[in-house]
Amino acid sequence: MPIIVMNKNSLVSISDISRDEMLDLLRRARYFEENPDSKILDGKIVATLFFEPSTRTRLSFETAVNRLGGRVIGFSDAATTSSSKGETLKDTIKMVSNYVDLIVMRHYLEGAARYATEVTSVPVINAGDGANQHPSQTMLDLYSILKTQGTLENLTITMVGDLKYGRTVHSLLMAMQYFNPTFNFVACPELRMPQEYKDFCDEHGIKYNETTEFSPEVINSSDIIYMTRVQRERFSDIMEYERVKDRYTLHNDMLADSKPTLRILHPLPRVNEIDRDVDDNPKAYYFEQARNGLFARQAIITRALGIDPEK
Amino acid sequence: MTTDKKELAVAALRNGTVIDRIPSPVLFKAVELLGIAGMDSNVTIGNNLDSKKIGKKGIIKVADVEFPETVLNRIALIAPSAVVNTIHDFNVTAKRPVVLPDCIVGIVRCGNPKCISNNEPMATKFHVVGRNPVVIRCHYCNHTIEGAKAQIL
Repeated sequence: MPIIVMNKNSLVSISDISRDEMLDLLRRARYFEENPDSKILDGKIVATLFFEPSTRTRLSFETAVNRLGGRVIGFSDAATTSSSKGETLKDTIKMVSNYVDLIVMRHYLEGAARYATEVTSVPVINAGDGANQHPSQTMLDLYSILKTQGTLENLTITMVGDLKYGRTVHSLLMAMQYFNPTFNFVACPELRMPQEYKDFCDEHGIKYNETTEFSPEVINSSDIIYMTRVQRERFSDIMEYERVKDRYTLHNDMLADSKPTLRILHPLPRVNEIDRDVDDNPKAYYFEQARNGLFARQAIITRALGIDPEK
Repeated sequence: MTTDKKELAVAALRNGTVIDRIPSPVLFKAVELLGIAGMDSNVTIGNNLDSKKIGKKGIIKVADVEFPETVLNRIALIAPSAVVNTIHDFNVTAKRPVVLPDCIVGIVRCGNPKCISNNEPMATKFHVVGRNPVVIRCHYCNHTIEGAKAQIL
């Protein structure tokens, strides 16, 4: 059996990359924002394997490849593939590896992308594996924070809503470990930040406050407010969901005394957690944040392929 | 005196391995991990014996078998306090604690039903992230579980 060496350019989890690699990705993202039509993927073929539908993420990755002059093959729903006939993930990945230079995959099973890196020498980008990891979302969050604040260092970041199940807040917390943040965790007891992440903060000397009140003090001290959606499917008791779902809604009047440089982020889609009256406030940044996903993904793709856009 | 002789017949081991100081609640898991059920050797298993060090303990004696170190170290996952004695000609010739490796491959099932390792024909893999108590983290889905509660494959 041939020995397969895992391609070190794969990106499965944000914790796989160092501070320097993170900063390199952010530099690349900035380059792509300033140079939107660099055709540096000419001749490259990228597979987007979406075993679970995710229109937003798939379109963002495919646009990133197309803008860079590469080509895309793939599927957007496992029902149309041989996995519906019982083919293993390993076999699908090995088959696709014969055709492409890079695999971008999303899967409903946790750990699927990590496993994929072990069965192929083609680099793999994890575009979400169940409730586990979604590193390109974290990179676009970091890029949005850097762009709006001019730095990643010494910021106060308030995370609001579902801090228990929300993988975006967990990954962002881990990524910020290098930049001396202060966190406010605002959540009801049912959805508070899991102990393992608070332990992570303690181990890394990260300051945090935990509260159930989305108070003016919390809002006015924040550089970034990161809102999240409370997902109905997480609750076994529907009454409990009804009780907490609208508890942390951000309204425009709550921002009256906030810092001028404050920006509101949200991974989208939102439901009720940000009132529509916030949308016209210049501090609302969630739509631009989604646009930054394109640049962050272009950065991740070129890193995975070992292509330096500035050379 | 007859009783003493009977006890001696069970206790004495000319050659083989004695695994001592296994916490009582996990004794039978340890038996499972060692694959003792399929062995032809003379096997003695004792449980709920008084122990000064760990309260109630279990003990496993297997005649004429020396387990490979990697097999013995599997026990460390559920019984980090266990001690392995190697017996030659009624004498203890080696005594050592079990050693928990940093990485555990193919022994434990991941407790997360949505983990790829529970849905694909593949070996499971865990990293040891805590040693007292033993806590392991799935290499694939990051789910953590206490060693003593781990489901053995």
